Amino acid sequence: MADRYNDVGGSGSGVNVETTVLGADEIILNMGPQHPSTHGVLRVKLRLDGEKVVGSECVIGYLHRGVEKIAENRSYQQFAPYVDRMDYVAAVSNGLGYCEAVEKLMQVEAPPRARVIRTILTELQRIASHLFWLGTHALDIGALTPLFYCLREREEILKIFEKYCGARLTTHAFRIGGLQYEAYDELEKDVERFCKDFDKRVDEYESLLTQNRIWVGRTKGIGILTAEAAIAMGVTGPVLRASGVEWDIRKAMPYAAYDQYEFSIPTRKNGDTYDRYLVRMEEMRQSRKICLQAIENIPAGPILGKVGKVLKPPPGEVYHSIEAPKGELGYYIVSDGTTQPYRVRIRPPSLINLEALDQMIRGHLVADVVAVIGTLDIVLGEVDR
Amino acid sequence: MKRYKARFGGSITEAWLDRKQAILVVAADRLVEIARYTRDEERFDLLVDLTAVDWPKREKRFELVLILYSFPKNERLRIKALLGENEPVASVESIWPTANWLEREVYDMFGIVFEGHSNLKRLLLPEEWQGYPLRKDYDILQQDEAWVRENLGIESGQ
Repeated sequence: MADRYNDVGGSGSGVNVETTVLGADEIILNMGPQHPSTHGVLRVKLRLDGEKVVGSECVIGYLHRGVEKIAENRSYQQFAPYVDRMDYVAAVSNGLGYCEAVEKLMQVEAPPRARVIRTILTELQRIASHLFWLGTHALDIGALTPLFYCLREREEILKIFEKYCGARLTTHAFRIGGLQYEAYDELEKDVERFCKDFDKRVDEYESLLTQNRIWVGRTKGIGILTAEAAIAMGVTGPVLRASGVEWDIRKAMPYAAYDQYEFSIPTRKNGDTYDRYLVRMEEMRQSRKICLQAIENIPAGPILGKVGKVLKPPPGEVYHSIEAPKGELGYYIVSDGTTQPYRVRIRPPSLINLEALDQMIRGHLVADVVAVIGTLDIVLGEVDR
Repeated sequence: MKRYKARFGGSITEAWLDRKQAILVVAADRLVEIARYTRDEERFDLLVDLTAVDWPKREKRFELVLILYSFPKNERLRIKALLGENEPVASVESIWPTANWLEREVYDMFGIVFEGHSNLKRLLLPEEWQGYPLRKDYDILQQDEAWVRENLGIESGQ
């Protein structure tokens, strides 16, 4: 029992934690699980030489709710709201991934109108998630102001969600086979109004940070992840793209209605915290572009495909993944032909991105650990499930 | 598929497409070898996910599932290996370092032991927890009551 609080080797390092011997100047520092910068209940055991990190180990699971076990004991429709509680700042994306995975398992497709509305809401969610990331990440590093601006714009998006489905965070916006709710009358107008000056808002955030000497000093060259290391660690999403790998599931394996819209995949070369910041800023602009194109032409027609009230997918299995704001969110679902999934495995981007933390913070200072945790954009609900 | 069969012969026990997704079942004792070939020759450089499925009524109850992605080919592949109840399997951590946590999670939830893993211990549950929750014979309301009582001070669970 006592060992649990003292051993620090390194999660990816191959050091046997039980037998790690500390150097003369080394100490163990426990960060979290109750720490303002860990964005939830993440505990990181740091092995320090002075203020330099020489090893670390993440202790996770404080928020484990056994989502995958719950899935095996619920019907396909009943499980849908549970996925919203994983990445609770991007619930719409979680729902999209799950619904599309089950649709693929049943070999049905959502009607075109549903797919376009899904795309709009998911892109708004991406913006909201990135805004929340930016606000809290900047706050961690010491810039207080961006948080207020970011939450102001995020509020606009949450209002659109609220008008659409009645909920702001855990929205359960989509249904298997399409949508439950028809878009409200002013949806296009609301989205357009938000998008119209959102570009200027992003400029505003950038004017606060991009050239800011403190910001640049705290983020440039911190937590570098090379492209090879990123791929080896299975990292996806903006973190991978900031390391120079131009890969986005929206382009590589288009889902929803992404093949109809023009947008680019922002990438950067250095793979440091500053580059990850720039990639996400540009992604927000691209998401805005997708939204503007999508509201131009929302096809008419039904919003729910023919799926029936009782879902009994034929036996078999499917893996489907989407580009969630944090990276590749995948669902591996096995059906045994009954109304309940036999097995649901959720591939959480946050968990796998967090695994790279250890190698990103080695050699940096304790204060940089805060910056790197922020830049990974983890949500503990998704890490622990 | 053909290349795999030519190279590994009888070690590729099954290969099929399910919903247009490629699945390959391989012999568990050659998993690492096949994995290395898959990464280096077939260029599936990203281990997307590693998980397991429990089929208690089958002769070999566990299905270990590796979900792979190839950047150059833009393709996905699933490799499966069948394992018996107390049958360990070699770790693929040396091929895809990301397998470290993923294998720990499978060990945590299913009790599958990975040989050659650098730090095989539970990932999400507490280290002293008894039982493997994602096995089918572990009921959804079941928990390690002794642990809960001792560490959380809750007398009678749910």
